[in-house]
Amino acid sequence: MTYGYLLRRLALVLPTALLASMLVFGFMRVLPGDVAATILSGGGETTHSPEVREALRQELGLDDPWPVQYLRWLRAMVDGSFGGDALVDGQSIRSQLARQLPVTGLLASYALALTLVVWLPLGVVAGWKRGRWPDHVARIAMLPGVAAPSFLLALLALLGLLLLLGWSPPVVYAGPLEDLWEHALIVAIPALLLSWEYGAHVLRVARVSVAETLAEPYVLTAVAKGLPARQVVLRHGLRNAMLPVLTALGVQFGTLLGGALILESIFGLPGVGRGLIEAALVRDFPVVQSLTTLLVVAVLLLNLAIDVAYGWLDPRVSFSESAAVST
Amino acid sequence: MGALRSRPVAAASVAVIALAVAAALLAGVVSPRGPLEADTARRLEAPGATYLLGSDNLGRDVLSRALHGTRTALAVAVGGVVAGTVVGGAVGMVSAYVGGRLDLAVQRVVDVLLGFPLLALVVVVVVSLGVSAWSVAAAIALALAPQAARLARSSALRVRAAGHVSAAVALGASPMRVMLHHVLPHSIGPVLVYATGFVSTALATEAALSYLGLSAPPPTPSWGSMLQEGREFLEVAPWLTLVPATALGATAVAFALLGDALGERRR
Repeated sequence: MTYGYLLRRLALVLPTALLASMLVFGFMRVLPGDVAATILSGGGETTHSPEVREALRQELGLDDPWPVQYLRWLRAMVDGSFGGDALVDGQSIRSQLARQLPVTGLLASYALALTLVVWLPLGVVAGWKRGRWPDHVARIAMLPGVAAPSFLLALLALLGLLLLLGWSPPVVYAGPLEDLWEHALIVAIPALLLSWEYGAHVLRVARVSVAETLAEPYVLTAVAKGLPARQVVLRHGLRNAMLPVLTALGVQFGTLLGGALILESIFGLPGVGRGLIEAALVRDFPVVQSLTTLLVVAVLLLNLAIDVAYGWLDPRVSFSESAAVST
Repeated sequence: MGALRSRPVAAASVAVIALAVAAALLAGVVSPRGPLEADTARRLEAPGATYLLGSDNLGRDVLSRALHGTRTALAVAVGGVVAGTVVGGAVGMVSAYVGGRLDLAVQRVVDVLLGFPLLALVVVVVVSLGVSAWSVAAAIALALAPQAARLARSSALRVRAAGHVSAAVALGASPMRVMLHHVLPHSIGPVLVYATGFVSTALATEAALSYLGLSAPPPTPSWGSMLQEGREFLEVAPWLTLVPATALGATAVAFALLGDALGERRR
C-alpha cells in the first residue's frame, strides 16, 4: 500500500465532510419562524419585546449572511470548541462532549468487541458448515437482530428481567474507573442489544462470503494438496472472505451509532446520543448541528480506516480507485 | 394467490399487514371506546371483560389506543416511504437518463446523505421542521430517497441500454415518454422491493421518535408514546408495554420478511 492511496482516500473524505456540514447547517436554517423567538418561548417566556429578540439575534449572529454564519461555525468546529456553546444552559459544547464522548465510545467499543468475538466467528462457522446445525443456530440467532427494532427488544428485555428476576439495571451511570461493577450492570443490556443489531448484519455477510470463498478453485487446490480442512479455512479462505465483512462493518456503523442514540436514552446513559436527543427536544440548534456533523465525520473516518485495512488485506486494492466496491 | 400458498412466510406477512391495514382503516368502528376517553376511576386495570387489553394510567382503553395507534404508525411510515420512493426514484431515473454533470452532482449528494446515520438524519429534520408526525414522515422520506435514487439509477442505466429503449428513441418518442413508458416499468421493481422492506425501518423509526417525544404530541395515540407511558408501570401493568410492543414487532417484522420474500422472488 502506498501513501498516495491513503492521500487519495483522505482527499475524498474532506469534500464529503464539508458537504455534509453544509447540509446540516442548511437544515438548521430552515427552522420555520424566527429562531430567536423559538428560543425565547422555549425558555418559558411567552411574551418578549422586539428589543430582546433583536439583542439575541445580534448575540447569535443571526443577522449576518448565511455564508458568514456558516464559515464562522465551521471555524468553531475545527478550532477545538466544536461549534461554541449550547443555547439552553450556555455550557460549551466542548465540555459537554468531553463528558459524553467516553460514554458513547465505550458503549460502541463493547458492541464492536462483542461483534468481533461472537457474531463474526459464528458467521464464519455458519458459512463453513452451511446447511448443517451451526448454520441453523446462526440463522435463528440473528433473526431478531435483523428484523426487530432494537429499542423494542430493549423494553422487552427490561420487562422480562423485571418480571422473571425482579431485577432492573441501575439508573445512575457510573464510569468504569469509578465503579466497575455498576458500570457493567448498566451497560450490559444496551451493549448486548447493539451488538445483536450490528452483529446480525455482519454475520449475514460473513456467512455468505465464507461459503462463496470456500467454493473457489484455489481453495479446492489447497484441499487437493492434502491440507487439513481447518488450515484451508483459516489460512487460505478467511483472508479473502473478510473483504466483504469489512465493508459491512463500515456500512452498518451508522446503524450502530443510531442504535446508541436511542438505547442511551432508554437506559439513561449520559452519552452523545442522549445529548443529541435532549438538545433536539428543546431545539438547541447549535448542539444538534455540531453533534450530528460529528456523528457523520465519525462514520466517514471509520470507513476511511476500513479502506486502509482493505489495502492491507488485499494488495491489489492499492492500484485501483474503487476500494469500496465489492459484493 | 397461488404464489402465496407455496410460500408460507410471505403469506403470513401479507396476512399480518392486511390485519394492520384493516385495523387502521376500521379503528373508529371496531374500537370499543374512544382512544382519548379516560375513566379516572378505573386506572391500570388488568385485561378483562370491560377493558379487553387493560386500561392505562389515565383509565383509557389500551386496545382502542393500540388500534388508533396503527393508524398513526401506518400513515407516517407508509406515507414517508411512498414519498421517499417517488422522489428518490424520480431523481435516480432522471439522473441516469440525463447523465453528465447532473448525474455526477446528484451522485455526490446521494453519497453524502447515505453517510448520515439514519436516526441522526431524522433528528436533524425533525428539529428543522418542528416536532410533529408530518416532520417524521418527511424525515423518513429523506432517509429513504437517496437509497431509492441509487437503486433507481443503476436499474435505469441497465434498462436504458436495452434494445426496446433504443427502438423507442429511434421512432422519435420524447424523452418523457421514453422514461415513463419504456424505462420506468422495467426498472421500478428493485426500488419497490427495497421500499417494502424499508417500511419496517420506518415503523421502528416512527415508534422510536414518538417514544422519545419527537413525533406527534401526547394525546395522539401512537405505539411509541404508549410504550413510553408504559415504561413507568412495567411491573404493575406489563400490558401497557406488551400490547403496543406486539403490534409494532409483528407489523415491522412482517414488512421486513415481505421485502425479503419479494427480493428472493426476483432473483
